[in-house]
Amino acid sequence: MKIASRFQASPESGAVQFQYDGETLTAPAGIPLAAALLAHSGGFSRQTAGGHDRTAFCMMGVCFDCLVEVDGIPNTQACMTPVRGGMVVRRQIGLRRLKGGSDV
Amino acid sequence: MAQTDADITIIGGGIVGLSVALGLLLAGRRVHVLDGADSDARASQGNFGLVWGQGKGWNFAPYASWTADALAAWPEFARKLSDLSGIDVALDQSGGYEFFTDMDEMDEFADMLAQQQRHLGTRFSHELLTGDELRSQMPGIGRDVVGASFSQRDGHVNPLRVLRALRRAVAAAGGRVSMGAQVDRIAPAHGGGFDLALKDGRSMGAERVVLCAGLGAASLAADLGFITQIRPQRGELLITEKLADRLPFLSSTIRQVDEGGVQIGGTKADAGMDDSETLDVMAGLARHAVTVFPALANVRVVRAWGALRVMSPDGYPVYARSSRHPGACLVTCHSGVTLASLHASVLADWIDETAAAPDLEAFDENRFALSSVA
Repeated sequence: MKIASRFQASPESGAVQFQYDGETLTAPAGIPLAAALLAHSGGFSRQTAGGHDRTAFCMMGVCFDCLVEVDGIPNTQACMTPVRGGMVVRRQIGLRRLKGGSDV
Repeated sequence: MAQTDADITIIGGGIVGLSVALGLLLAGRRVHVLDGADSDARASQGNFGLVWGQGKGWNFAPYASWTADALAAWPEFARKLSDLSGIDVALDQSGGYEFFTDMDEMDEFADMLAQQQRHLGTRFSHELLTGDELRSQMPGIGRDVVGASFSQRDGHVNPLRVLRALRRAVAAAGGRVSMGAQVDRIAPAHGGGFDLALKDGRSMGAERVVLCAGLGAASLAADLGFITQIRPQRGELLITEKLADRLPFLSSTIRQVDEGGVQIGGTKADAGMDDSETLDVMAGLARHAVTVFPALANVRVVRAWGALRVMSPDGYPVYARSSRHPGACLVTCHSGVTLASLHASVLADWIDETAAAPDLEAFDENRFALSSVA
């Protein structure tokens, strides 16, 4: 297998817009959501059950520090989720509720 | 012969061995615990954490009684653990359910509980609820649940914290725990006591030994003349992501850990020493949980694992003294969490043969000799 074949070209389908806690952000379609959030700001994108701020760290699906709510689905790994136009993203604050969403 | 300064050497540093060690330490004995290798089958690191009585001993009154004593002794035990270790084991004894989706199975279990009730009288209580009664009391119970039994004495703890608390409590009470000390052979020593040969080539002496090595006890039990055959029984478990809400119930198969995750388990399989998890059993567990409480359907499972229960031939505990080698005891059981409260208290009297010793004759291993003759 050629090493090069394991890499995909950066998506060229242009910029899309999505919601992030009510703010409208713009990012290239298809890039990891975590990358888009980091490009937007270095601020926290989730809070732990103990109230500590976190954001994406490993970018490869391992550390779970990039959890956000995407289209109502809590605890979604932003680093494993491609950006799509119109998606509604919220910070994951504390533990998820049984019926989805988080405490605030 | 190499001598140690301990009166009693405990072989096995899981929940059973450490509980026994703690009881003996609190009774004033000097205790050395030999804990095996990380790779050993460690029931104490894979279990479910129930402190449970429902159904136990319905067909064997001494076990029903011993379990009822254990439930009653847990609050004091949890306090003692917390005092000695600084760790809160999250004991919650606010009652537990057994849910049914099959009426015949429920009727059968109801008969068992009636027998258990006859054994225990006022030391036990249970009620039977229909599916509709459950759903009116607890919104969210699935429509395929035909009923449940409930016992207000059942409960659960955080089992990993129990293990850690026991470790710390044993150290705080002056016990010594050696890690990576796998005992390979035991032989009676000249002039009394025992010589222990460790797998790494070390040897040590022991005045008295209590064998609490779970599945690791098989060959050592035979060395000491015990006839109990211990077998593994695999259980598989799932745990979900943590939830901010509390589940409205505790059941023998679905429990919410104090930290928020929902643990689902209760399967039984004969798979030898293979403790791996299997996809079909995991799927069955998930289906069961969603049947009982449909809101769990969109909650993620984050880990699954298998673990091996420690089973005697009849499933009941064994408390036995070696007739051939005085000074050697065998303690083995499946319900090491539930029974820990007694292992860490009155069992010390039995090991020391004091006047206060509980009557554990019914748990001697001679019951297996009789059944093999019959």
